[in-house]
Amino acid sequence: MAGDVRACFQSYTRRGEEMKELTVISGKGGTGKTSITAAFATLAQNAVFADCDVDAADLHLILKPKIKKTMNFHGLKIASIDKNLCIDCKKCCESCRFHAIDQNINLIKESCEGCGVCAYVCPVNAIKMIDRDSGFVYISETRFGPMAHAVLNTAEEASGKLVTVVRNNAKHLAEDKQKDLIIIDGPPGIGCPVIASMTGVDLVLIVTEPTLSAIHDLERVLGVAQHFKISAVVCINKSSINTENTSKIEEYCKKNNILIVGKLPYDTTITQAMIHEQSVIEFSDGVLSQNIRDMWNKILEVLKQND
Amino acid sequence: MIISVASGKGGTGKTTVATNIALSIGKAQFLDCDVEEPNANIFLHAKIKEREDVSVSIPVIDKEKCDFCGKCSEFCAYNALAVVRQKVLVFPELCHSCGGCALVCPKDAITWKERIVGRVEHGKTKDIDFYHGLLNVGEVQAIPVLKALKRKIDRKMNVIIDVPPGTSCPVIESIKGSDYCILVTEPTPFGLHDLKLAVEVVRHMRIPFGIVINRDGIGDNRVEVYCRKEHIPVLLKIPEREKIALLYSKGIALADESHEWREMFGLVFNRIQEEVKK
Repeated sequence: MAGDVRACFQSYTRRGEEMKELTVISGKGGTGKTSITAAFATLAQNAVFADCDVDAADLHLILKPKIKKTMNFHGLKIASIDKNLCIDCKKCCESCRFHAIDQNINLIKESCEGCGVCAYVCPVNAIKMIDRDSGFVYISETRFGPMAHAVLNTAEEASGKLVTVVRNNAKHLAEDKQKDLIIIDGPPGIGCPVIASMTGVDLVLIVTEPTLSAIHDLERVLGVAQHFKISAVVCINKSSINTENTSKIEEYCKKNNILIVGKLPYDTTITQAMIHEQSVIEFSDGVLSQNIRDMWNKILEVLKQND
Repeated sequence: MIISVASGKGGTGKTTVATNIALSIGKAQFLDCDVEEPNANIFLHAKIKEREDVSVSIPVIDKEKCDFCGKCSEFCAYNALAVVRQKVLVFPELCHSCGGCALVCPKDAITWKERIVGRVEHGKTKDIDFYHGLLNVGEVQAIPVLKALKRKIDRKMNVIIDVPPGTSCPVIESIKGSDYCILVTEPTPFGLHDLKLAVEVVRHMRIPFGIVINRDGIGDNRVEVYCRKEHIPVLLKIPEREKIALLYSKGIALADESHEWREMFGLVFNRIQEEVKK
């Protein structure tokens, strides 16, 4: 979980100058992050893609990666109690701040955060901290370029840590294959995995929509970007569903000096492309695709200016 | 009865379903557990009357007692402590408050102080007892805020929980203890993929569940085929309509707009009540 923001900082402060990182986030879910990332993947000339929405990864449904390498991911450790050694003193149960060991000295797996206090207080060494298989990490190849992604097992913790692993893999891929850009599909929200997805990147693109919910979430996620001093630009997706709210977002961005790089109309082509397992750019040459191309060129300009 | 509304994929309509059910049954307790991005009150309009801070304990090192032996940083599973020469650095946002550092300190040099990471707010709207949690911007740990929020549950009432997206720790913490879980999805490949993940979660937790299909008509029928095959009840389909999207964008709940919708969501609640009794 939280444990990995600092690790992330460490690995990203010494990043090579020539390689850029762009993270697509949104605050609110379902605004179109992944569809837009997939469209960018089609447009990018020399990039690596990273799906950092490890909780509910969807980018692979469009990019259809061929997996080249699979690795186990161990998140936090987990306690393992040897009942044969246990003398039922209940010290572990009393010391666990997460209430992960019950009165009968059974481990409640979902509650264990792997701190190791139980193993430390156990007078007979009946508890060991063991590795926990929390998911899988993949290195893959797609029709647009290399991809780093992962799967977090059901009900596992440490998604922030897994995000950091995926980002490091993407970075190594970019170095190996001499790619100059990493495009990261980020998770919704503002917490641990989001922060792990955006720390140290060159630019975040926030995909929003003209709904009161999305506007509220945009403001919060912009706050996170400012907190970590990361430049942010905005895309208003589905801008035609409520033009009044679209104007509100435009005003807000203008007031706060945030560039709006794209305004995409509501268009079911996005869904149709998804059903055909294609990016919007591959699927159609219509207005939406043209708008996304324009937006992509603006983003490249901003990335260049940030040098 | 506690009903939680979850989804896997974000933006499928969890908040729409949760708020409308609450409005349809009238008297209820509502908890917005999406503490990273809480939106339910945009539709419920509860006047916030009470606020309480949520804090976590973080270690404070007594410089007089500490001899920089490094045992605390060695023990900490979260790298929240580092000993460099004659100094102990504490990284408060990484600390999980497990208490281990103080336990292992041979000099008894560690005490605790409170650190605010978010807040829980409470208000009333009509007959709904409304609570939401807010994680402070820049903070990483949603769990302490979630736990504080869930302590407000009144088991005597019908409780509706709006769950954050995803399948990891904050989702598990939100759903824990529910009598029933509604999974909201949309009929698209992304919706189906993430629905399957969410189904794994609720099955793993042994909570009975059913599906609401939102934006029905926008994609294909693979979600319905999946539900039939897996014997998962489809509780409701909300059609893809410009009118519905517009109401949502303005923060207007369907149940407040029309009597029919109020009845529909009421029926979903009745059906769940029967399922839970079984």
